[in-house]
Amino acid sequence: MGLIGLIIPMEGGGGSEDSHWPPGVHSFDPKPLFPDAGMDWLNTYLLQAVVGAIIVIVVWLWLAKDQKVVPGFKQWCGEQLYNMVRNGIGRDALGYEYKRFTPYLLALFSFILVNNLFGQFFLTMFPTFSRVGYAYGLALLTWLLYNGVGIAKHGLGGYLKLMTVPKGVPWPLLILIIPLEILSNFIVRPVTLALRLFANLFAGHLVIIVFVVGGTLLLEQSSFLYAIAGGASLLMAFPIFALELFVGVLQAYIFTVLTAQYVASSLAEDH
Amino acid sequence: MTTILEIDLGPLLPAFPEFIAGIVLFIIIWYVLAKKVVPSFEATYAERAAEIQGGIEKAELAQAQAAEALEQYREQLAGAREEASSIREEAKAQGAQIIAEMRAHAQDEADRLLAQAKAQIDAERAQAVQQLRTEVGGLATSLAGKIVGESLDDDERARRTVDRFIADLEANSQEKV
Repeated sequence: MGLIGLIIPMEGGGGSEDSHWPPGVHSFDPKPLFPDAGMDWLNTYLLQAVVGAIIVIVVWLWLAKDQKVVPGFKQWCGEQLYNMVRNGIGRDALGYEYKRFTPYLLALFSFILVNNLFGQFFLTMFPTFSRVGYAYGLALLTWLLYNGVGIAKHGLGGYLKLMTVPKGVPWPLLILIIPLEILSNFIVRPVTLALRLFANLFAGHLVIIVFVVGGTLLLEQSSFLYAIAGGASLLMAFPIFALELFVGVLQAYIFTVLTAQYVASSLAEDH
Repeated sequence: MTTILEIDLGPLLPAFPEFIAGIVLFIIIWYVLAKKVVPSFEATYAERAAEIQGGIEKAELAQAQAAEALEQYREQLAGAREEASSIREEAKAQGAQIIAEMRAHAQDEADRLLAQAKAQIDAERAQAVQQLRTEVGGLATSLAGKIVGESLDDDERARRTVDRFIADLEANSQEKV
């Protein structure tokens, strides 16, 4: 199990070897930093999230420092990333009101991206958002944001009407439409937002565990065929890593784009 | 939540500290980005836009100035042309005037010379006539005296005869003239 411990150092250790296989929900169990102190909430995932937040803040402050009208290489890179969120996500979705929401979208994208990349980073090897609590948290904030700006703009009644009564629908259909719109706009949106992010990373991480830990276990068996299968499994882990890298970036992007879309729909004049 | 829904949510059941931690961390990031990072980027963008805008305005100003200078130059050129043509006209007129004046002057001079010559000729002729009259009178008298053989010099009749003769001569000569 030495190799497994190296590759997946934060994999719920402490238990006996058998508890690792087959991988499952227990593979995502938190590992307290101080097991004897009784503070279970102070675990490696929290540390990871805090480190991720610090990285995001420090990197952005560094990129924003000493800006010049004619950018150097560092500033150019920062501006590319900043413009992708500001223009590519914010301005495209929100139109002329996009500037107010740039900090939110930028924070969202950076925080999710860094934590997703932790899933492939050799020291952590665990995507923070495969713990559903973090995903719920961000989804709740987005839910508060898009409902908040909608109510601020249209008033509570105007906003509810905008969100639930589509224009040009004959009134008998409204009996059907209004509950559907309520369900869709106020319940399904935040839940899917959170679950999409969580499930992608949860599943991806699980697949990686299957390939890496399973391959390692097969290699440890004293059988030639098992060894071949184990080697193939470990080799397959690399394309899966690449895929997860892509999925991590994509999910950060999708979460941000959808947030921008929801805010835009709250600010819209007509549904 | 499990007690409310009475189903096992499995991995979908959030750990409450993580839920709070995610929100708190995100709000901290949001705050820092909104206060420091985004204003910094936006300020740079605004500065850049202003600079580009300023450059465009400067170029437009230079262009306008160039156009104005060209217009002035053209006006000056047109003015100069007009002036040159008017000067030419004036010179032509002056030349004509000078020629006319010269001609008049020459005419006057010629007239004056002619008149002077005529006066001189008249005076000389008068003088010659006067001289001739005395001489012819003397000669004729002496000639007549020689012919008649006696002196007629002191004779009153003789003088009258001579004078009449000469007056006839003058009358004849003046008719001829």
